[in-house]
Amino acid sequence: MIRSILLHGLVIAALIALEPMLSEYHHGNLARIMVLATYAVGYNVLFGYTGLLSLGHAMFFAAGMYGCALMVRLAEWSVGPAFLVGVACALIAGIVVGFLALRTIGVGFMIVTLMFAEAAYLTILYYNEYTRGDEGFTIPQSVRAIGTLDLSDTTTRYFAALTLFSICLIASAALVQSKAGRVLIAIRENEDRVRMLGFDPFRYKLLALVTSAVMAGAAGAAYAVLFGYAGASFAGVQYSIFPLLWVLLGGPGTTLGPLLGAVLMFYLVDYASGTIMPGLAALVETQFGIEAPGLASAWLLLVGVALVLLVLFAPRGLLGTVRVRMIPWLP
Amino acid sequence: MDLLSYLPFTLPHPALLLAGVLEGTVLAAVLALTALGLSIVFGIMRVVNVAHGEFYMLGAVLAWFITHTITGAVGGPPWLGFAVALIVAPLIVAAIAATTDWLILKRLNYDPEATIVATIGILYILQQLALTFYGPDARPVEAPFDFRVQTPYFGYSGYKLCVVGAAILLMLVVWLVLTRTKIGFVMRATQYDSETAQAFGIPVDKVYAGVFALGAGLAAIGAVLIVPIQQAHYLMGGDPLLLSFIVVILGGLGSLKGTLVAAIFIGLSDGIISTLYEPTLAKILATLLVAMVLVFRPQGLFGARAA
Repeated sequence: MIRSILLHGLVIAALIALEPMLSEYHHGNLARIMVLATYAVGYNVLFGYTGLLSLGHAMFFAAGMYGCALMVRLAEWSVGPAFLVGVACALIAGIVVGFLALRTIGVGFMIVTLMFAEAAYLTILYYNEYTRGDEGFTIPQSVRAIGTLDLSDTTTRYFAALTLFSICLIASAALVQSKAGRVLIAIRENEDRVRMLGFDPFRYKLLALVTSAVMAGAAGAAYAVLFGYAGASFAGVQYSIFPLLWVLLGGPGTTLGPLLGAVLMFYLVDYASGTIMPGLAALVETQFGIEAPGLASAWLLLVGVALVLLVLFAPRGLLGTVRVRMIPWLP
Repeated sequence: MDLLSYLPFTLPHPALLLAGVLEGTVLAAVLALTALGLSIVFGIMRVVNVAHGEFYMLGAVLAWFITHTITGAVGGPPWLGFAVALIVAPLIVAAIAATTDWLILKRLNYDPEATIVATIGILYILQQLALTFYGPDARPVEAPFDFRVQTPYFGYSGYKLCVVGAAILLMLVVWLVLTRTKIGFVMRATQYDSETAQAFGIPVDKVYAGVFALGAGLAAIGAVLIVPIQQAHYLMGGDPLLLSFIVVILGGLGSLKGTLVAAIFIGLSDGIISTLYEPTLAKILATLLVAMVLVFRPQGLFGARAA
């Protein structure tokens, strides 16, 4: 327990210490990564610990994002209360989807969540008049402040993202090491046995799903506030796949896996779309004489390759492997 | 007395309605073919193939490459290019599918959840490779022949009607193969109990690779048939995937009869609705319906047991 508190404290302290050293470019990146990692932390509670693979988490992220951004845009609320509305939207979405989707198991759960998310995405496109569909809308810099705290300022934004991330990280670590958390892990390992021991798996799964949805929604609302933009692409299938990928890479069922996966994948994609793919495109065309008009923009290829390689060769992810090979107490 | 004037809503003009029904029939035919592929793969292998739409897309893109090469570089007539594409493109797609099965799915022991994650990966790989070599543009393929069938209101593309005929013919062939031949018998035996099938000397690995190839090939044939009507584009796999999912789930996962009934139902209603009304709303309702069916009636709306 003490080791676990020390470890998480150390990671958060490192993120604080890192702040003054970062260039403006990495500064913005890391703030974004921490918000996305919050999303992944939420995803991990459901997928990594409870063993429920959702393919529709973008609907919770988008519920938070639009719940918050639309309150600012249409009702002209300030961003603080609007953020809470966003979180509340995700909470309600989590409860409704939970009650329905948790009646299914395995592949059924995956497809039901996928379909709900698709319906949510299409709904955002359908109410184009308010949401501006794919194009999205921006939240003007002037309203992105809580009291005197200007959230569009890079340092404030960094610490706001860090605060949100830390809260969710600590909450998830506390949850999974609590008694309820042990039941969640037991459900992942063998649901029938949990039922036989007298627990009601549905209640615990609902708890995991709602916690997960709230964290995803908080991340979505924070994204809208901190980066001043809401768009339908955040509700699309891709944004349901990303947290799965980050968690798979970092290590499902490890508290710090989501952060590690999000950092690595973010920089891999960033480096790939800026350097690797254009370089590869030039190489293919000049050296092999093959026409590859779209290679420079095909960075999603890496997402596909990473998913296949992870599921084939490293289903435990990085930290999961570390836990098995080196540090068995890793939470 | 005009009874129609008592209806609480206005009926669309019969010409529009007829156009909707015709377009819907074409869509239903191609959709049935594509969904049949997905359904066979799920029914026999218990694999939910999220990359199914990308096999469809590959069929269309390969059809463009083949017809483009034959009419452009060799100087052949359009019908020849199309005929070659109709045979070669699905075969290439089937070969790619068999390879992915052998390289990836087999190594996962067809674990349902792992294969879904893997096929999501395959989806991105195929889609982005198409973007890489084909580029981001949508390109048309010329129809192999051009004649119009006269309806009371307008001339309708004869090619589209032939697509419907071809799809029906192909589905009959698939059905006969599955129910009347030894190949079909081996497939059904593998579906029923793969371990016993293996014990009786059925090469289960090969059957799985073949089934996966067949499923992908059916999607590719559907795409080659549709590509003179819709242009080939690297992102075109999304819609058929979603619609196939809807069809396969409504019809009952793995039930071939249910799949056909649902394909005709969804294809026709989608055709009519998108000709006459707002298509997004219809899609929202359809996806919600699918989710509800899975939640409350997992055996499918049409209630058929696994075929």
